[in-house]
Amino acid sequence: MVQYNFKKITVVPNGKEFIDIILSRTQRQTPTVVHKGYSISRLRQFYMRKVKYTQQNFHEKLSTIIEEFPRLDDIHPFYGDLLHVLYNKDHYKLALGQINTARNLISKIAKDYVKLLKYGDSLYRCKSLKVAALGRMCTVIKRIAPSLAYLEQIRQHMARLPSIDPNTRTILICGYPNVGKSSFINKITRADVDVQPYAFTTKSLFVGHTDYKYLRYQVIDTPGILDRPFEDRNIIEMCSITALAHLRAAVLFFLDISGSCGYSIAAQAALFHGIKSLFMNKPLIIVCNKTDLQPLEGISEEDMKLVMEMKAEAMKTVIGQGGDPLNDEGVLLTMSTLTEEGVVSVKNAACERLLDQRVELKMKSKKMNDCLNRFHVAVPKPRDQKERPPCIPQAVLEGMAKQQAAEKEKRKLERDLEEENGGAGVYSASLKKHYILNNDEWKEDIMPEILDGHNVYDFIDPDVLQRLEELEREEGLRAEEEDDDFEMDGKELTPEEQEALAEIRKKKSLLIQQHRIRKSTAESRPTVPRKFDKEKKFTSERMGRQLSALGLDPTLAINRARSKSRGRKRERSLGRGGNDGDDVMDMDVDQPNKKLRARSRSLSRSRSMSRPPGEVVAGEGFKDSAQKVRALKLAKKSVKKRNKDARRGEADRVIPTLKPKHLFSGKRSIGKTSRR
Amino acid sequence: MRLEKCWFCSSTIYPGHGIQFVRNDAKIFRFCRSKCHKNFKMKRNPRKVKWTKAYRRLHGKDMTQDSTFEFERKRNRPERYDRNVAENTLKAIKKIDKVRVDREARHHALRMKGKKAKEQREAAKELEQSIHMVKAPAVLQQEPSLTLPKIKVKVSQQQSDENHAMEE
Repeated sequence: MVQYNFKKITVVPNGKEFIDIILSRTQRQTPTVVHKGYSISRLRQFYMRKVKYTQQNFHEKLSTIIEEFPRLDDIHPFYGDLLHVLYNKDHYKLALGQINTARNLISKIAKDYVKLLKYGDSLYRCKSLKVAALGRMCTVIKRIAPSLAYLEQIRQHMARLPSIDPNTRTILICGYPNVGKSSFINKITRADVDVQPYAFTTKSLFVGHTDYKYLRYQVIDTPGILDRPFEDRNIIEMCSITALAHLRAAVLFFLDISGSCGYSIAAQAALFHGIKSLFMNKPLIIVCNKTDLQPLEGISEEDMKLVMEMKAEAMKTVIGQGGDPLNDEGVLLTMSTLTEEGVVSVKNAACERLLDQRVELKMKSKKMNDCLNRFHVAVPKPRDQKERPPCIPQAVLEGMAKQQAAEKEKRKLERDLEEENGGAGVYSASLKKHYILNNDEWKEDIMPEILDGHNVYDFIDPDVLQRLEELEREEGLRAEEEDDDFEMDGKELTPEEQEALAEIRKKKSLLIQQHRIRKSTAESRPTVPRKFDKEKKFTSERMGRQLSALGLDPTLAINRARSKSRGRKRERSLGRGGNDGDDVMDMDVDQPNKKLRARSRSLSRSRSMSRPPGEVVAGEGFKDSAQKVRALKLAKKSVKKRNKDARRGEADRVIPTLKPKHLFSGKRSIGKTSRR
Repeated sequence: MRLEKCWFCSSTIYPGHGIQFVRNDAKIFRFCRSKCHKNFKMKRNPRKVKWTKAYRRLHGKDMTQDSTFEFERKRNRPERYDRNVAENTLKAIKKIDKVRVDREARHHALRMKGKKAKEQREAAKELEQSIHMVKAPAVLQQEPSLTLPKIKVKVSQQQSDENHAMEE
């Protein structure tokens, strides 16, 4: 129903915002580019469009505002009065009226300026006209800015009003402040109204919904009413009065018989009598609250009298509705919202009364008669007098009983066990608990999986022992057979023979090596010239060594070789005479003889023979060989230590600069410098 | 946890070692180290690669058929745990190992049986044929034993600093 849905009203913009919105829209939605070279009609059209567009937008927006805000006369009088109470009808209407005039003004402005624009003769003039038009429109809006703000506030407040349907079943709760109205509504509905010890906690109407006999009832909680003349009441109280006045509802008048609200029963009774005119034609129930503090029977006589008076008034309304005049149970009720005793019965009584009243009314109205003939409730006729109670089989009953018993003693879960033993991180469940084995002691056994490089599981066999025995028997048999044959050693070589064999093999391998070396080309191996190759030098020593290794006497051969060698003038030498034979005798010659011979040799002209190593030739400033020998010795001695320490000497290669600049810096004329 | 066998060299693969290759036809090849893996990638036949067990078995270098091999068989159905069986099995494994090792040693000995005699024969022959390399024929005539010549003759023509390695 449109009446009480005030949430759908569009937002009323602020004065400034309003102007901004419209003007920016004009700027965006109309063409923006214009040059003075255009034809005059085009220019005029351009600016006229802008003016008209702005006017249209203003008109539209203001119209929506005016239409969406409810007209107080058209809506239900309850809401009309409520809005009047809250916002003041006159102010409201005035604001809306101002909006209306603004709208008209803007239309007039637009019309005038469009007429003027028709006769604009230059771009500049048209533009100024448009500026003027728009400016005036905006001024109009600026002037109604306060109304807009006011309407916006109203709109926000209206949206928060409780959605009360004035036509449906309603229960109204009224009474003095702090008597327990909000507590009651909290108990019977899902509403969550503030309950506080101070008065006027509830400042406006609150709605809750409750069910009774499959029907929905609205329960309205009102702010407390004080006993004063009508004119002096404030807005909050007026809310409740309005609700009382206009809603056709069951009224629950709350009475605090303990007096803890701060007002005596007398005061409350006075209030009651003050507003009893509002209770016309409404089912009235007087509810005595806070019986936990003070039971109804315990109050004083005067108070009792007052209460009875109120009850009598309430009875009048019962009679007026055509209810049973003798039944006074539903009129005065006691309850306590704190202990919750009597709350539900109050609700039921109220709902019942209201329902009865409404049904009565409906029955009396004409509409019912049309439909009445269409209703018919069919009831199955009993065939015979036999009783047919519900039938539950015995097994099911037993099962249900057992299930209940089983649920009572709960099984111990693993989770509980875990919690007992230290929680999630500490306790680790034994996964082997439920293993089915031949012997329960074996449950926690750890079986090795690997032994000596074998998988144990591959060997498992129930009759492993038996097979093992067979194997061992076999093995035993075989061992016996084995002992019979062993090897005859045969002929072994003597150690000397072994020596000789080793020597032979060594020589053979040497030969092979040398052959291999010789086979390879000079490219792949280093070649030392033969005169520096000590092993291959063709000297008589070498020959002598080799011959003696074979066991032969080399002296004859050496002498022969020597005598045959060229470059020796035989006449000059001294102790020569015979050939090799003499030489053979001079086997162990001494040093001086050797030197003599050496000198004699050196004196000979032809020096083409290569000198035997170790021969020192005097020359180069030395007096004689001896001196040179001594000099050489000294030289050698001086260098000996240094060589032993493997230090760098004069003859060793030296790189003067390790990082020459030209290699490590500078650009290359061609190519990359990614490598240095 | 299982100890697997390397597909190439048939050695045991312990946990944490090696590579497993699964081919598109779902055949799994396990390798104990990158050597075997690389050989496999080169498509070498383990039966032709000398150091693998496959070669050795094929060429009769190692024992092929034996009753000790029958003890170790992969069973696909797990048996229910029985402590006695487990105990016996563990003891049996050790004994089986011993037996197997003994048998392998025997096999090897059998294989190497004639080697010594052959070697000796060869040595004798070589000695006889090549004795001229260490002993001059002239000396051999004088002393017909197949040993190195006893006396080495020294050549003392010149005393030089270099070593003449005469003595052997």
